[in-house]
Amino acid sequence: MAKAKLMDFDKALELFEPVLGFEVHVELSTKTKMFSDAPNFFGGEPNTNITPVDLGLPGSLPVVNGEAVRYSISLGLALGCSIAPSSRFARKNYFYPDLAKNYQISQFDEPIAFDGSVEVELADGRTVTVPIERAHMEEDAGKLTHVGGATGRIQGAEYSLVDYNRAGVPLVEIVTRPIFGAEADAPELAKAYVATIRDIVVALGISEARMERGNLRCDANVSLRPRGQEKLGTRTETKNVNSLRSVERAVRYEIQRQAAILAEGGTIVQETRHWHEDTGETSAGRPKSDADDYRYFPEPDLLPVVPSAELIDELRAALPEPPAARRRRLKAEWGFTDLEFQDVQNAGLLVEVASTVEAGASPQAARKWWSGEISRIANVRSAEASALVSPADVAALVALVEAGALNDRLARQVLEGVIDGEGTPQEVVDARGLAVVSDDSALIAAIDEALAAQPDVLAKIKDGKVQAAGAVIGAVMKAMKGQADAARVRELVLERAAAE
Amino acid sequence: MSHHEHEIVRLSAAALAEKLGSGEITSQEATRAHLDRIAAVDGDVHAFLHTNAELSLATAAAIDERRANGEQLHPLAGVPIAVKDVIVTNDMPTTSGSKILEGWLPPYDATVMVKLRAAGLVPIGKTNMDEFAMGSSTEHSAYGPTHNPWDLERIPGGSGGGSAAAVAAFEAPLALGSDTGGSIRQPAHVTGTVGVKPTYGGVSRYGAIALASSLDQIGPVSRTVLDSALLHDVIGGHDPRDSTSLTDSWPSMADAVRGADVAGLKIGVIRELDGDGFQPGVLARFREALDLLAANGAEIVEVSLPSLQYAIAAYYLIMPAEASSNLAKFDSVRFGLRVNPPGGGTVEDVMSATREKGFGAEAKRRIILGTYALSAGYYDAYYGSAQKVRTLVQRDFAAAFAGVDVLVSPTAPTTAFKLGQNDGDPMAMYLNDIATIPANLAGIPGISLPVGLAAEDGLPVGIQFLAPAREDARLYRVGGALERLLEERWGHTLISQAPDLAPGEMTAAQEGAV
Amino acid sequence: MSEITQEQVAHLASLARIALTPQEIESLTTELSSIVDNVATVAEVATADVPATSHPIPLQNVYRADVPGTTLTPEQALAGAPDHDGSRFRVTAILGEEQ
Repeated sequence: MAKAKLMDFDKALELFEPVLGFEVHVELSTKTKMFSDAPNFFGGEPNTNITPVDLGLPGSLPVVNGEAVRYSISLGLALGCSIAPSSRFARKNYFYPDLAKNYQISQFDEPIAFDGSVEVELADGRTVTVPIERAHMEEDAGKLTHVGGATGRIQGAEYSLVDYNRAGVPLVEIVTRPIFGAEADAPELAKAYVATIRDIVVALGISEARMERGNLRCDANVSLRPRGQEKLGTRTETKNVNSLRSVERAVRYEIQRQAAILAEGGTIVQETRHWHEDTGETSAGRPKSDADDYRYFPEPDLLPVVPSAELIDELRAALPEPPAARRRRLKAEWGFTDLEFQDVQNAGLLVEVASTVEAGASPQAARKWWSGEISRIANVRSAEASALVSPADVAALVALVEAGALNDRLARQVLEGVIDGEGTPQEVVDARGLAVVSDDSALIAAIDEALAAQPDVLAKIKDGKVQAAGAVIGAVMKAMKGQADAARVRELVLERAAAE
Repeated sequence: MSHHEHEIVRLSAAALAEKLGSGEITSQEATRAHLDRIAAVDGDVHAFLHTNAELSLATAAAIDERRANGEQLHPLAGVPIAVKDVIVTNDMPTTSGSKILEGWLPPYDATVMVKLRAAGLVPIGKTNMDEFAMGSSTEHSAYGPTHNPWDLERIPGGSGGGSAAAVAAFEAPLALGSDTGGSIRQPAHVTGTVGVKPTYGGVSRYGAIALASSLDQIGPVSRTVLDSALLHDVIGGHDPRDSTSLTDSWPSMADAVRGADVAGLKIGVIRELDGDGFQPGVLARFREALDLLAANGAEIVEVSLPSLQYAIAAYYLIMPAEASSNLAKFDSVRFGLRVNPPGGGTVEDVMSATREKGFGAEAKRRIILGTYALSAGYYDAYYGSAQKVRTLVQRDFAAAFAGVDVLVSPTAPTTAFKLGQNDGDPMAMYLNDIATIPANLAGIPGISLPVGLAAEDGLPVGIQFLAPAREDARLYRVGGALERLLEERWGHTLISQAPDLAPGEMTAAQEGAV
Repeated sequence: MSEITQEQVAHLASLARIALTPQEIESLTTELSSIVDNVATVAEVATADVPATSHPIPLQNVYRADVPGTTLTPEQALAGAPDHDGSRFRVTAILGEEQ
């Protein structure tokens, strides 16, 4: 694949106005699938969580999961949408091996929620209102694995394998209207928008919202129009963007790529494009054309969804605090400085810190771990920090440190162990034998040995040169292979000197 | 086949059930008698696509054992039943009459099968049908046509020609059918049998391979009105696996037959289905039946449903549109046929080659027509307009039922035509469904029962009654009453006049001195 | 007479994934034109004031409780498959891309 020409980002913004649009798919965390009573769980052994309905077996029929409808209404309300007094399902007809019936049950002309908006905060504190066109219910498809060929990608594969465990998992697709005015902040807005959606669904408790697991998926539409032009440019739709960082990078890349083409007098092809995490590029996919005739029609196997005013009121009353209000409250409760809070927020770690605090950690300790060591490891591994470790484990780690069972250095080792899947912090401590030596007699023995090797130290301490203790402490820590609480060692050395 | 067996297969399901209950006959005897009958005549009739004598006899033996142990069983327990191959069965292959599903053994049972088995009926085989229930003659089965027991050169109707022929040929006392535009009622009409399309949602569609989801309905097929009612009572009722299933509690249809009476019943003759294009012999028998009803206290009035002239057009848009989507699942990935094109190809090529080879001409015709009706740019003119006609048809029925208890018409314009007669003219074939289609568009129940033989060809003629949605019991009331009045007049059942398909068997049986 | 062309029928066949032969396309074009002429009459009475009916018996809000039920075993799931690898369905190479 030839490298696409890119225009310098600032230069691109000078010449063109970027217009964005997003389609975010949220997998709902109901107990069962959208239209069947198979467990809503995938990732296990292939083709184990399926019923005749998920496999599209002849004769099988869908039945709507009422809980998924409630979740969808709650999400619609949280997005500031109107809830349709009557909405219905429709069949979207197209052939693809991961689509068991070769039609997807979705919603077309009558979505459950429409006309909303979401406030998205940027790093500099600026708020952008993202207009929401609609949110509709649909079902997920199965999972394809491409076998043979060099890359594991579809191109060049010899054959593909299909697992339908994910088929029928409930989805809500949130579609924005075109978003104007983001300007140079467009890439950041993209990331902040998806993070906001994630915060909303997590607060609602309706999705795990783990992007790396595909619980939350974003298709980003980008178009450019020359400064001063009214008419919208041709857009591309970049799919497969599965982390907040990638959303930002993909939008930036598309702006630069499209600008380079337009500046040379070229035209943008309306097409889907694929984001490649490894190369940081998008590649051309299927062009949109007249052949995309999905032949939507009302799903005859399902009935209209007509939520009562009482139900809508009930769900509205149960809505959690909106993310912006929640952020203001948390900032105050945690006592973070502006800078500290923005760091957390910009790193997309608000939910993680909040959950860690809820699990018992102090806000500062939670912030320190997420913004520090965990983010560092995430960066090294090109992973999402939230994907590495759970807030509960971080809180447990903090508790071990505060109890004096771990020092900072050991705690970092324990964290690595947790991230590498060795278990909870306590399990890692036990397995690796990493606990701080808290047995004073072992420490005293080590201190005696160190003092014997450096006989002048005690005298220096008694003379008031307390810093001389450092040499002994260092020797003791070395002897204990770092598994000692340096503060305790210091205390013991000083006690010993005082006792002389 | 013994004389005893000869008598068993001629019993109605109700009469057989009585003898099973009293212990006079065992279910194994009854099942074997029908299997023997199938062996004797189905080479000519070809009503069955699949039988499994061992399996059916084992089922029957289990029922006999339970009965012998004094267990209280359903009145129909032990009665054999034939099942249209559109209904999935976890112990018999299910093909829906198509090559694309040849040999498919479903891993689950349709809800109606669960109910049949719970009541102790004995599935005796799967019956032939037009491929995916697309047709009015069973000529579109991928496995060859079924022949009309009244005249083997003629069609048994369709799509459920196999189920109708099976009961008409005494191969089973009962059968299940499915009716999307007349596939239960029209075969009943041409084979001198009884068939009922229940109210949409009255019988679960779960496990019925869908032709057109908003039109399909499973229903009973039999030789008597009471037998259909007994079967209806077994298969009806709410099913949480079918969203369109009604939660109503239903009255006993069998009780409606037993108390059948037409005195004071107001019957509306549908003007649009009484005259042009109908065979004289069909109309003559129809009018006689009306006179008989009137003579017994029914009030006959004429009503007009002007929108019916658009019903066929609407039906032939809605049905193929839904079918084109429902049949998309036959793609060679999860079940059924796979055809690899010469020289290999992509999965798209494999799917296309499979569907080209696996679907018959009529299935392809309807899929292409349905795809067209749903296409961007045509949806409003075709599918959208057809759904509006559906509203008009419903309004016409609502207006008519405001003044009458039931509506009546001949079930189809002609008696059974010759196999091959309507080849190559799909539209002529489609026009046969003119009287049956409106009920499917409106979701209302309909029954067809025999009213005699047409003078010109000696072939059976059926009458159709329609009732408002949820008023299926009215059909059994009027149907049961008319059947009794006709048989009193004739002094015999109509089906007893059907030709003997295995004349040798009686001679042999008599010689065997049972 | 409806103007259905062979190109149109070929396009419909590709949407419907049926590899029609040229002869089939030809005969279907004729048949389809005749059928469409007949069925197009629905437009005569389908005026804007008439609502569409998609379900014969009007029901609404038919839901299932969010309670897991029985699933198929992988053996049951794969039993009817033309090709599989023991746990997943196998299909020939997909040219194109993920949807």
